[in-house]
Amino acid sequence: MKDIKVLGPGCKRCETTAQMVRDEAAKLGIAVDVTKVTDYAEIAGYGIASTPGIVVDGKVVHAGGLPKFEDIGKWLA
Amino acid sequence: MSMAQEQLPTKPNPAVWLSGVAGFVTLWFAIYGQLVPFSEWAAGLLPLAKGSHAYESVKFFIYDTPKVLMLLTLVVFAMGVVRSFFSPERTRALLAGKAEGVGNVAAAILGVFTPFCSCSAVPLFVGFVSAGIPLGVTFSFLIAAPMINEVALGLLFALLGWKVALTYLGFGLGVAIISGWIIGRLKLEGWLEEWVRNVRAGSTDFAPESLTIVDRIKAGIEAVKDIVGKVWLWIIAGIAAGAFIHGYVPADLLATIMGRDAWWSVPAAVVLGVPMYSNAAGIIPVVEALLGKGAALGTVLAFMMSVIALSIPEMIILRKVLTLKLIAVFVAVVAAGILAVGFLFNALFT
Repeated sequence: MKDIKVLGPGCKRCETTAQMVRDEAAKLGIAVDVTKVTDYAEIAGYGIASTPGIVVDGKVVHAGGLPKFEDIGKWLA
Repeated sequence: MSMAQEQLPTKPNPAVWLSGVAGFVTLWFAIYGQLVPFSEWAAGLLPLAKGSHAYESVKFFIYDTPKVLMLLTLVVFAMGVVRSFFSPERTRALLAGKAEGVGNVAAAILGVFTPFCSCSAVPLFVGFVSAGIPLGVTFSFLIAAPMINEVALGLLFALLGWKVALTYLGFGLGVAIISGWIIGRLKLEGWLEEWVRNVRAGSTDFAPESLTIVDRIKAGIEAVKDIVGKVWLWIIAGIAAGAFIHGYVPADLLATIMGRDAWWSVPAAVVLGVPMYSNAAGIIPVVEALLGKGAALGTVLAFMMSVIALSIPEMIILRKVLTLKLIAVFVAVVAAGILAVGFLFNALFT
């Protein structure tokens, strides 16, 4: 089970990002647990300055703007 | 993942993409050169007397709409490519070691190029401050980023020429640098919301994958889809309003109320601009038409800066990190800067 965190205050892009991760994981048949982090202090704690951000198993892989599907596939692999 | 795997399946060919861009730009210029004859021809098809109010309005609309949309597309594309070289994380790293002064200048300039959306303003603010970037430097960035953007510059360039666009850029940077510097001098760190002061930025070794030239071209195309897709309706509405003013409002009507001799029109423009919330796209075509009727450039620019840089929705977002006192200082300092720009402009350009 991959632990995925989507960092973002809850704007539309953050929602879309979380859904993209779920969709891609389902397509690839990878079990994921997607949680959203909306607390600003906690987001800053990950060291990013733009949202949405994506954290896979504790490691920041993306910050700012919508991710690309092919990148999500790489992060989940 | 091995290198071979990464390169194998559909490695896009940079040469193809670059020649695609070159072809597109050539086509762009070819069409752009035909806009004046086209608008005269198209307006002539309508049963309107040449030189009548309606004819002038329609011709203005038919000429300006494609012109503005085309110029905007080109500018947004170029800016999208340039912005792919910058990210807020990278900007933060560049600013982290800078002292105030130099830091303010760097922050304002980076604010123009770093991709920024207002929904990201709070994470960005917290991210900057918690990484040890001085408050004043952070403000310089936060003032420049929304005020001097590709839409504002592109439209000013399209409608009012490069001199006005460059002047706006210069004065906008000046307001951001000086306002941020003053806020830094005031030592207001204690006026941040308490939780912000306690946040310590986590360190991250996160570095975005290096982009290829094709990725950057794609970023430019994405920017066009995103931004032009969002603002085109505003622009057409703005041009329609502008076309009406152009055709029907008598020349020099506005000279008395918005002209250079009416000193109070500058503060009035700033005050009027705060509650108004529009983007540059809607406001600039109107600005152009107002100028054509005798309004002074400084007054109009002050109005535009106030509408874009001091917006109530942004203040509500920033209230999460700033106390009301600090927001009040921020508004006062920026408004004073914009006032100075308005007066200076009216005095310098006759």
